[in-house]
Amino acid sequence: MSNEVIINSVAVLAGLGLAVGVMLITASKVFKVDSNPLIDEVAELLPGANCGGCGFAGCASCAEAIVESGAAVNSCPVGGFDTAKAIGALLGQEVSESEPEYPFVLCQGGNERCVTLYDYEGVEGCKAALMLCDSRKGCTYGCMGLGTCVRACQFDALSIGENGFPVVNKNLCTSCGNCIASCPNGVLTFARESEKVHVLCRSHDKGKQVKVSCEVGCIGCKKCEKECPSEAIKVTNFLAEIDQEKCTGCGKCVDVCPQSAIVRAD
Amino acid sequence: MVEKALLTILLEGVFVKNFLLIQFLGLCSFVGVTKDVKSAGGMSGAVVFVMALAATASYALYNFVLIPLKLEFLRTIVFIVVIAALVQLVEFILRKHVPALYRSLGIYLPLITTNCAVLGAVLINVMNDYNFIQSVTFGIAAGLGYTVAMLMMAAIREKSNIVNVPKAVGRGVTYALFVATIMSMSFVNFFGVIPLE
Repeated sequence: MSNEVIINSVAVLAGLGLAVGVMLITASKVFKVDSNPLIDEVAELLPGANCGGCGFAGCASCAEAIVESGAAVNSCPVGGFDTAKAIGALLGQEVSESEPEYPFVLCQGGNERCVTLYDYEGVEGCKAALMLCDSRKGCTYGCMGLGTCVRACQFDALSIGENGFPVVNKNLCTSCGNCIASCPNGVLTFARESEKVHVLCRSHDKGKQVKVSCEVGCIGCKKCEKECPSEAIKVTNFLAEIDQEKCTGCGKCVDVCPQSAIVRAD
Repeated sequence: MVEKALLTILLEGVFVKNFLLIQFLGLCSFVGVTKDVKSAGGMSGAVVFVMALAATASYALYNFVLIPLKLEFLRTIVFIVVIAALVQLVEFILRKHVPALYRSLGIYLPLITTNCAVLGAVLINVMNDYNFIQSVTFGIAAGLGYTVAMLMMAAIREKSNIVNVPKAVGRGVTYALFVATIMSMSFVNFFGVIPLE
């Protein structure tokens, strides 16, 4: 290869790069869009993880929504109170602290207490397993423990614990909600620290079928509903649900539940 | 070599050598932006525009710069730079004049930069020794073929949102790929219409 070829190729590519660069700079000047400088300032204050926990496409569009269309200054669940306060100060809005929410597993069947129908050795992930066949558990509502939520978490806050359940590390969790959205069975939900009593079951199966597949599933016997002094529990479609607004945390339902499906959170 | 008629090139680009369904180029946006007809149409419009511009610019660069300097081996990288710059330009123009379309295209507009369909179109031009008019025609034809496939796919996916799809076929990407398979098989029938040499 002669020197000429080498010099020519370098020159052509450099020239092309220069020409393209000049053209793009000119174009960006000609087609400049005036945007509100506040948007950039708010975007600076947001964490920049682009996790989508706020419901917008990313931190930039969240900032735009806060400034332009009046989304709440505490829209970002990851940044939490501090971020909300900073944005509020910038936009001149007061912010009150709200209690943090964490993902919570509404199932306690797991490896030991819920029947496993088949060994799954395919692509790891609950969604992949569901695509192949129905739930690998006797109960189609429960946690399969294949870790789709663990991989959905961008902050390494989830891991699969001993019994085959996801465990939340509250120090790392930012309450972005990606794990909750990723769970194909909807087993995960948000819960507050102050909510003391939970029904750890999502099964709408009839009592008899629950008894066959799971030791700790709600059978819809309505004992808790009758026992609750504040009428906070309601059984619909063979599943007890607690209205956390009314619940006083007395724990009478926990004692009366024959399946130990209702538990007190520590 | 007998010069190919422009109409032949046009029909070839749109149907017989359809970029998405026969040559399998640019499949990312085929699955990604076909959730509704409106954004599929917008994306296709952008691709037609970029392909026509890229065919023009790359023809000029190839014939007036690369061939005289005997630098034909640089064509792939030169074309990539040209396409990337053009896409950036289209992005600026869209953001200024059609902000709604800009927002609905989102990430897929920058993705045209790396969309192999555009690079494929200009490289096929060079390989077939097309002259200027033929190159631009083929660029537009490839874009139109892309549009046809995108609009059909988007319309099918929109309609199928309200019907019962068998569970085994699934929804989302799985379903889209099933549809793509069947569409591709039907496009193979165009092979007989214009004989391939």
